[in-house]
Amino acid sequence: MLCRVANELFWMARHIERAENIARMLDVTYRTSLMPYQVTEPGLAWAEPWSVPLITTGLATEYYERNAALSAEAVLKFLILDAANPSSVYCCLRAARESARSVRGAITSEMYEDLNAAWLEMRRYDYDTVQQMGVSNFLEWVKMRSHLFRGVTFGTMLRDEAYHFIRLGTHLERADNTARILDVKYHLLLPSSADVGGAVDYYQWAAVLQSVSGFESYRKIYSDVITPRRVAELLILRDDMPRSLHCCINFIHETIEHMGDGRTRELERSSGQLHAQLHYGRTEDIIELGLHEYLMDFLQRISRLGDEISRVFLVPSY
Amino acid sequence: MKAAMSRLPYDEMRLEDGTVRPHYQPFATWLAQTPAARIAQKREEAERAFHRLGITFAVYGEDSGTERLIPFDIVPRIIPASEWTMLERGLKQRVQALNAFLHDIYHDQKILAAGRVPAERVLGNSQYRIEMQGIKVPGNIYAHIAGVDLVRAGEGEWYVLEDNLRVPSGVSYMLENRRMMMRLLPELFAAQSIRPVQHYPDMLLKNLHAVSPAGEDAPTVAVLTPGAYNSAYFEHAFLAQQMGVELVEGQDLFVQNDTVFMHTTRGAQRVHVIYRRVDDDFLDPRAFRPDSMIGVPGLFAAYRAGRVTLANAIGTGVADDKSIYPYVPDMVRFYLGEEPVLNNVPTWQLARPADRDHVLAHLDELVVKEVHGAGGYGMLVGPASTAAERAVFRERILAAPETYIAQPTLALSTCPTFVESGLAPRHIDLRPYVLSGMTVNLCPGGLTRVALREGSLVVNSSQGGGTKDTWVVES
Repeated sequence: MLCRVANELFWMARHIERAENIARMLDVTYRTSLMPYQVTEPGLAWAEPWSVPLITTGLATEYYERNAALSAEAVLKFLILDAANPSSVYCCLRAARESARSVRGAITSEMYEDLNAAWLEMRRYDYDTVQQMGVSNFLEWVKMRSHLFRGVTFGTMLRDEAYHFIRLGTHLERADNTARILDVKYHLLLPSSADVGGAVDYYQWAAVLQSVSGFESYRKIYSDVITPRRVAELLILRDDMPRSLHCCINFIHETIEHMGDGRTRELERSSGQLHAQLHYGRTEDIIELGLHEYLMDFLQRISRLGDEISRVFLVPSY
Repeated sequence: MKAAMSRLPYDEMRLEDGTVRPHYQPFATWLAQTPAARIAQKREEAERAFHRLGITFAVYGEDSGTERLIPFDIVPRIIPASEWTMLERGLKQRVQALNAFLHDIYHDQKILAAGRVPAERVLGNSQYRIEMQGIKVPGNIYAHIAGVDLVRAGEGEWYVLEDNLRVPSGVSYMLENRRMMMRLLPELFAAQSIRPVQHYPDMLLKNLHAVSPAGEDAPTVAVLTPGAYNSAYFEHAFLAQQMGVELVEGQDLFVQNDTVFMHTTRGAQRVHVIYRRVDDDFLDPRAFRPDSMIGVPGLFAAYRAGRVTLANAIGTGVADDKSIYPYVPDMVRFYLGEEPVLNNVPTWQLARPADRDHVLAHLDELVVKEVHGAGGYGMLVGPASTAAERAVFRERILAAPETYIAQPTLALSTCPTFVESGLAPRHIDLRPYVLSGMTVNLCPGGLTRVALREGSLVVNSSQGGGTKDTWVVES
């Protein structure tokens, strides 16, 4: 398969996954924002909910370059509709559709039609129409479009190289996102260590879980109160939780091994190492090292893995 | 010629007294029995589907990236099988002669020596590629894919309007229009025997395999596109997908030791046959336009060396040039020793003083075309023109007469078409796609284009034309 095509497929998948993740974050933020966050007892103040998606995506600087203050409307516009913010839902869907269009021979016509339809619909939205249909409904729509596209891909595509690059893109992006979401809790928690175990803490961990569709799974697995240690275990180490780091790395490592040839040794080694770290890791060790430190290290490794994939497969070599 | 104009145009569906022609009978019945609301619903369905499928073309001169639908009309253009047999024979004959002509002018130049085509018309033509002289191409085929534009002016009266031998486009619309019609009106396909066209990509691939460089029995074929912003990008992607071959851009290919390779995730892979949808000028910055960003450096050297086949060949433009067009019937006689089945439109060449005088005296009746023009740009339709437009053309003709030809305004046949006011007659043409490889073959029918503006004779999509599905039915 052509390097250019593989590259477009990889990024098409990443952009769709990114659109979904932005929608997930905003959805949880939106719901959290409906609760009172100014707790009157000293030391129990929440961080302003609308800052969370900006911190998670690493886009706070860009946001404040355009907006003087933090407001729900401005954050929503920035992360959903801003045509100049490459990580907005609008731009992600546009980029995914452009990629699909430029390699439409490599995907099934159902996939292209689905993505094209999503884009044509996205183009019709502005802030008023999003308000009219309801912010939650809109975010739900974004998630559903991503689910739908994944389903169409899974259901119609030949299990060839093209499929593997899509899978790699999806899971790299997802692993990156889950790690970022978990890490945000670190930023939020620090200033108010007094409330650990309190109501505020509960809502924050619940929000983290909800944003990765993990709330119900948590209840099912642990049938117990939410503790940070278990959330970390669920979202990092459990390999049966589809958005956990372990699960994402399983997909990535499996795919890389499957595509392995003489040129991929170093790539296989890095993905194998990361896989082993999650496969044999213990929650105690993560807590001991510090969740933040652990996640920072993970984000760095996953980003290096992405670079290596790019070097081996996606950039032409003579 | 004046008489032809006052005559009512030939209606494809009905006789002059209003009776439906036999081959349109099943459709007419459906039309009469189907409530207007249901037809409107079908038409909307078609438009939505085309949008969703992304069957669009980019429009030059508007905001970059503007994508538009080519309007699709659900009234089919129907040709009886008996008439198609004649057209098919004529098309094969014509394309065979054109390929023989191309081979000849780049080798022995017998037709020039015999004085049947003026040598300066060919050798002095800007589309003649001197670099192609003496180059051997597989099977002596130059125009692997030819889109021959036909019009009907009356019962059994067909004319060839032009031979498109460079990179003719539109075949994806032929295929998608059929798919759409089968989806919208399956009952009509059940009711009569309509010849299928969906095997076109298979035929094309087989032909491309047949012209691979000598000794390659498992050739790798690729479609070369200028990129996603080209107006016909949808078609390039569509054909590559339908044939199951890679769609490549110039940047995906490189040449080493006169051999063409593509960059793949597994390293370099050789390419043997390139169905290129890039114009000659842009194919190779080393051989042709040095500023081309969409070409492949060294491609022409590999082609010369016989290490890669290009379809169509380089330098076919000279044979579909409007100044060569008048000689095509003579080519049929010269190379095949047969009488041409298909007629040319009578053509005045403005380089000839007698022709020029006649044309200038009858500008309001004739169609004047630029010899190198394409896509309906730079043309004067006399009867529809204003005195001011004619004055401008008169100046232009006098300034450079050799760049113009003129033809009578043909009463192009019409086909009922849905327009805002309902069903109304609109002028149509027909572009069948003739494929040459080991054999010459074509799909029954082709692409019917329709001029949607009332009275307009210009069917090009860039000028607001639409398309129809084309049925060849057993009569």
